[in-house]
Amino acid sequence: MKLTLTEEQEMLKNTAHDFLADKCPKSFVKQMEESEKGYSRELWQEMAELGWMGLAFPEKYGGGDMNFLDLAVLLEEMGRACLPGPFFSTVVLGGLPILEIGSEDQKQEYLPKLIRGEKIFTLALNEPGYQNYNASSVAVEATLDNGNYVINGTKLFVPDANIADYMICVAKTNPESGITIFLADTKNPRINCTILKTIAGDKLCEVVFDQVPVPRAGILGQLDKGWSVVQKIVERAAVGKCCEMVGNIQQVLEMTVDYAKERKQFDRPIGSFQIIQHYCADMATDVDCARLSTYQAAWMFSQGLPCAKEVAIAKAWIAEASQRVSALAHQIHGAIGVTIEHDLHFYTRRTKAAELAFGDANFYREVVAKEMGL
Amino acid sequence: MDYGFTEEQNKFRQEVRNFLEEEIKKGYWEPVCDAWIQGFDPEFTKRVAQKGWIGLTWPKEYGGQERSHIDRLILTEEMLRYGAPAACHWFADRQIGGSILSFGSEELKKEFLPRITKGVVYFGLGMSEPGAGSDLASLQTRAVEDGDYYVINGQKTWASCASFAHYFDVYVRTDPEAPRHRGISEFIVDIKSPGLSRIPMTDITGTEAWNDVFFDNVRVHKRYLVGEKNRGFYQVLHQLDYERSGMERLMGNYPLFEAIIQFVKKNRLSQEPVIRNKLAQLQIEFEVGRLLIYRVALVMEEGRAPNWESSMSKAYCTEFEKRLASVAMEVLGPYAQLVSGSRLVPLRGMASHSYLGSKGYSLQAGTTEILKNVLAVRGLGLPSS
Repeated sequence: MKLTLTEEQEMLKNTAHDFLADKCPKSFVKQMEESEKGYSRELWQEMAELGWMGLAFPEKYGGGDMNFLDLAVLLEEMGRACLPGPFFSTVVLGGLPILEIGSEDQKQEYLPKLIRGEKIFTLALNEPGYQNYNASSVAVEATLDNGNYVINGTKLFVPDANIADYMICVAKTNPESGITIFLADTKNPRINCTILKTIAGDKLCEVVFDQVPVPRAGILGQLDKGWSVVQKIVERAAVGKCCEMVGNIQQVLEMTVDYAKERKQFDRPIGSFQIIQHYCADMATDVDCARLSTYQAAWMFSQGLPCAKEVAIAKAWIAEASQRVSALAHQIHGAIGVTIEHDLHFYTRRTKAAELAFGDANFYREVVAKEMGL
Repeated sequence: MDYGFTEEQNKFRQEVRNFLEEEIKKGYWEPVCDAWIQGFDPEFTKRVAQKGWIGLTWPKEYGGQERSHIDRLILTEEMLRYGAPAACHWFADRQIGGSILSFGSEELKKEFLPRITKGVVYFGLGMSEPGAGSDLASLQTRAVEDGDYYVINGQKTWASCASFAHYFDVYVRTDPEAPRHRGISEFIVDIKSPGLSRIPMTDITGTEAWNDVFFDNVRVHKRYLVGEKNRGFYQVLHQLDYERSGMERLMGNYPLFEAIIQFVKKNRLSQEPVIRNKLAQLQIEFEVGRLLIYRVALVMEEGRAPNWESSMSKAYCTEFEKRLASVAMEVLGPYAQLVSGSRLVPLRGMASHSYLGSKGYSLQAGTTEILKNVLAVRGLGLPSS
């Protein structure tokens, strides 16, 4: 048992930290939130040149041949920096599922472009009536018409659909909950995308498929048998989200402890008051528990071990822990922390969005209950 | 990074489980909560010693096995899972033996460590006093030098190991003029010493696991001074780091956890959404706490005393134990109030016992408040208040 990073991972972490500290100041984050696209092409290209998009992909597609655990380290630093843009969508939601279930032709076709930073990917999974990641609630349909499939229906909360070149779309192909995963080219004018305004200022979209044709070759994996793959995609995405959240709350803890050391009231640093110390101790405990359980899930995932329970534990824990950390951070920062000039709001807004993404605490408690045999 | 165990470690865990299951099958004892602190069974301790499982991490020359702290954690985790009566050797194995190893003279190591590992000598701890709890440095029990001896006068309370202890490891004031942290020393005192008397304390559950210990001109030879004179406070902090480090802070009432899950399944309560949600939340909190404690063992494995790390794990984990007891009481409804021995008592009375006993979990070995102070000041670098 060893719970620390390897030397290589430490290097990756430090490089990512320094790069993002330089290229992704909060002024940039704010600018991206206010922009239509939500990312900068130049920064995207620089990240590709650093090998970040390809990190967890095999060398034969141009990747770095590292694993999900290495990607976890990178995601943590991205969470710490509040990095805007489609990295998560492209790599975690788009690329890794293609690597997992795509045919060799599909991998050759899409992965090198993704890794070079040329194409952006995302996943269209959620729907208006869609609840608790249940196959039977998928209403978007793909029907066979003259050898091609035609997709109809509305997908919701699709991240970065406004800029994506390709979209993985989960659709019903059989009334008996037969689910198929399609890879759709977003250039089709019958795909209609509207950006929703969210608290995190990220680009979550409503995507309407209006008679969108997708050739048979656009099926990822097996016809009608996509649901188990979707579950794995959600599992992977949940772990990835946890990693970003660990970075988020680690940064919030550090900002808060620094503030408690500097801020003086009653002629002494507020961090010398026991109540503030205990708040900080509670935050540190929540952060460490989140880190340990998140990396446990990421490690198991990267080892290919079954980890439904560990993923559930990690996300259920961090979903609530992140909200406690955020609440205490605001309490300790006092009024300055609720102003738009202070950086804290970037973290508060993002961590709430992340809590809701890919299953909240109640959802995962139910997973754990089943794992316990209840 | 590797969250897994080695093949040897998995084999060792299985070996411990087989041993404990065999013990239960033979009817030697049955699993109960708090057995690590209240379950006194010298014969069990001797059987554990025969396996070489006391002082597992200690040097071989003193009877130890020189095995890792992860191995010891696997061992103690399984003891707790099965609610095994390990109280006779627990305190010496966890911290007093370690204190002797770290600070004691060669003579003391040779005198005590082999007998601890053989399971024949038991130690209780004497830290708290009626006027010195969280503020341990204010302790008043005095030791005055007299030739080759120290003469001890005063009172210790909450001394562990009930009536089974052969020796107490006590902290007393040896220099009343010095600043209070710099005038305390550690001694090993034979319980049979003239002038030493012991009155059992009864806790809220009705259990007698602790003692008030009175010292009336108790003479202790100088060779039983552990470490340096007047350095005792620094030694006690070191010992407390170990006292707080273990799995007993998470799994003290683990037999209740298993029992309540079985109860819920058997009585078809598992389809109740509120109960599912609460038990799943406990499971999540349990697994997270377990990781905190394994991290502590890895710190020890590096040869470092776990400091803020064990404060964090103990503070977190004992709160879990308290919530577990409360949820169990909720699930059992009015039956929850029945105590062991009563007609209709569910789960052999484990719930009511644990509910009452759990009030002390977050007080022993440093209150949650003191632990958070340690974490804030030493872990996060906040200024002392």
